[in-house]
Amino acid sequence: MAVALRLGVRLLLLIVGVFVSSVLVFGFMAVLPGDPAGVALGVNSSPEAIAALRTQFGLDRPLPVQYLDWIGGFLTFDLGESWISRTPIAPLISDGLQVSLWLVGVSMVLAMVIAVPFGCLMALRNGKPSGLLLSGISQVGMAVPAFLAGIVLVTVFAVKLRWLPAGGWTVPAQDPLGFLENLIMPALALALVQSAVLARYVRSAVLDVLGEDYLRTARAKGLRPVQALIRHGLRNAAIPVVTVLGLQLTTLIIGAVVIERVFVIPGIGSVLLNAVSSRDLIIVQNVVMVLVLIVLVINFLVDALYVVIDPRLRSSR
Amino acid sequence: MKNSWQRAGLTIGAMIAMVVTAACSAGASQEQGGTTEEEAPTSLQVGLVAEPANLDFTTTDGAAIPQVLLYNVYETLVKVDSATGEIVPALAESWTVSEDRTTYTFQLTPDATFSNGKTFTAEDAVFSIERVQEDWTISLKSAMDKVESAEAISDTELQVTLNEPSNDWLYRMTTRIGAMMTPEGVDDLANAPVGTGPYTFGEWQRGTSISLNRNDDYWGAVPAFAEVVFRYFEDPTALNNALLSGDINIVGTVQAPESLAQFEGDDRFQIIEGTTNGEVVLSFNNSTEPMSDPEVRKAARTAIDHRALLDTCWAGRGTLIGSMVPPTDPWYEDLTDVYPYDPEAARNLLAGSDHPGATVRLRIPALPYAVACGQVVQSQLEEAGFTVELDQLEFPSQWLQTVFTDADYDMSIVSHVEPRDIGAVFGDPDYYTKYGDPEFVELLEAADTGDETAQVENMQAAARKLSEDAAADFLFLLPNLMVADADITGLPENAISESFDLSSLGTS
Repeated sequence: MAVALRLGVRLLLLIVGVFVSSVLVFGFMAVLPGDPAGVALGVNSSPEAIAALRTQFGLDRPLPVQYLDWIGGFLTFDLGESWISRTPIAPLISDGLQVSLWLVGVSMVLAMVIAVPFGCLMALRNGKPSGLLLSGISQVGMAVPAFLAGIVLVTVFAVKLRWLPAGGWTVPAQDPLGFLENLIMPALALALVQSAVLARYVRSAVLDVLGEDYLRTARAKGLRPVQALIRHGLRNAAIPVVTVLGLQLTTLIIGAVVIERVFVIPGIGSVLLNAVSSRDLIIVQNVVMVLVLIVLVINFLVDALYVVIDPRLRSSR
Repeated sequence: MKNSWQRAGLTIGAMIAMVVTAACSAGASQEQGGTTEEEAPTSLQVGLVAEPANLDFTTTDGAAIPQVLLYNVYETLVKVDSATGEIVPALAESWTVSEDRTTYTFQLTPDATFSNGKTFTAEDAVFSIERVQEDWTISLKSAMDKVESAEAISDTELQVTLNEPSNDWLYRMTTRIGAMMTPEGVDDLANAPVGTGPYTFGEWQRGTSISLNRNDDYWGAVPAFAEVVFRYFEDPTALNNALLSGDINIVGTVQAPESLAQFEGDDRFQIIEGTTNGEVVLSFNNSTEPMSDPEVRKAARTAIDHRALLDTCWAGRGTLIGSMVPPTDPWYEDLTDVYPYDPEAARNLLAGSDHPGATVRLRIPALPYAVACGQVVQSQLEEAGFTVELDQLEFPSQWLQTVFTDADYDMSIVSHVEPRDIGAVFGDPDYYTKYGDPEFVELLEAADTGDETAQVENMQAAARKLSEDAAADFLFLLPNLMVADADITGLPENAISESFDLSSLGTS
């Protein structure tokens, strides 16, 4: 019961959040200077032509009507056409999302693959000099921004060695090897920072578990610390790590926007930046809304997951 | 299962070891490990900055579309020679102008075909010209207003009658409005252009690249590369890295001249430096005080040390011109000595004018060249006794509204990149420069309606008058800067058309 109630409240919060942010996004775009019709037609176009185009875009209607028209379309996946490029917006965004999903997904997996053993090692070596060294490395890793890691990787492996392309994107189905060549550096750049953050969470979660009775029991049975941890402790340590993973996912998405620019990857971040530079405001509006929606939904899912898996919350009678 | 973590750890360890080894061996002897075997180049990769919004330049403004399509996919009747700036034959083999200079008769090539298989005829030319007047929406279409009628005398003979003589009209036919299309090829201009050019449109991967394929049925000399891919880079650093790492063969436009340093002295690359049509103008508001005072304007022009300014804000790359005419126009004259730099004289001019110690609002667009030059201009003017309030306005919206539309400014810095735009920028008293001097406008008229000799003489007179009146100061002409692999041949030095022309490119 209590679980259902909590979930209901969180769902309501999600809906309110989506509504408020959509009003904010629309409002921001509405007050920005610049007339999309003027931008589309060029500097010296006649006022008549601009007025005609404004009518065609529906820009001469009252703002509330424009808002309802837009959000109605947005919620039914009908995003209409761009004003500047006259191209449908939905495919543009879905293509960008697919690319970004690859990047974020692979980075996430890479980050986990690096962070879990690293974090466990930090916990097991806690207090020893080697533990301090590992801890120091993770501190440095957290301090290096992803784009800097990206620039260093490009300079070494693309510009100096010419082993890997400096940027670009290959559709995986067309050329799997080319896809990997394009993906490895940006994914690594994103994953390094993430793994440093995650490793610290893994470390503290494992440290918590290490102090638990059942692990002492396992040690008493003659298991080595690593074996005890892997057989009995990791599953329990995973709970806080999973929730952090969800929260880190949102920072990953933001990081991806920057990395996409460094590596010239046509993901959602590039769609956004290109639309900003060409003043294609309707695309900006939709992309920002999609990103906001993703962040809100991830937060909701993390919250919901927490409600479901946290035994203390479940046993509240 | 129980050992999966250990295995993963080992894998990671191995990977890290590999990366470290690779990084360490980078400094060691250059081994030929990563080079691919040389093969005959079939694909050319060109890196550019601005991606088109769509492919329809009849309804969408912006330089990015003609840059890719003009002369490559679409052809025009006449073309600009990038070395001499002269108008030369393209789809029209020759042409004559009537005695009263209103009727042009073009002899068209019989060999050209559109990529949909249709032969190019005078009917298509008539269709294209009339379509500019009827269906185009971009502001440039007004250049076609001068056409009274276009008529196909035969398949290969086209007669165009103007409502008044205009040399400028023929020049505009070399730009995007002169692109020849066919009635069956305009259904989907935004995605599927159909032209007669040496290349046909291939594929557009949005956000990444546009590819063109060689047109093996091309009526002229078939180009060297089977495929050309224009790749787009929002980020100038990423663009340069792509050339350094061998991803692309040409950087089509170098964004920051100081970034050329990393290519200089590297024999893998060649640097191309030429001229453009982009005059970086220190524009004055000729209609309001203090800049309506000719003495103040002359003081401002005399106060600017153009060579030092160019060295400081554009790494010394560019041409000093002294008026609104680039060296590639037939009537170009070096007018940099009209108001030579003389801080002493500038101070005296300003002090002796009706506005001693004039305060000017220098309102510049927040663009790299304007920001870099704005501060230099400010300090040089203050040296001569001006008080300069420097404002950076967001570009395009804010600058367009404040400076361009409302003319709420005293000085601005902006590059006017359109070709032969001396009349557009200074010939209209309502334009933001608020100049439009009657005598100057008359000279432009005489140039447009006269024969070639009269055109050159009158244009020279107009440019000189503009410079002497100090209607603006002409800071410098933007350079055309390209970097390419050393083996690429046929790159034109000057970029004076709207096109990134691929027809002459090859490899040595």
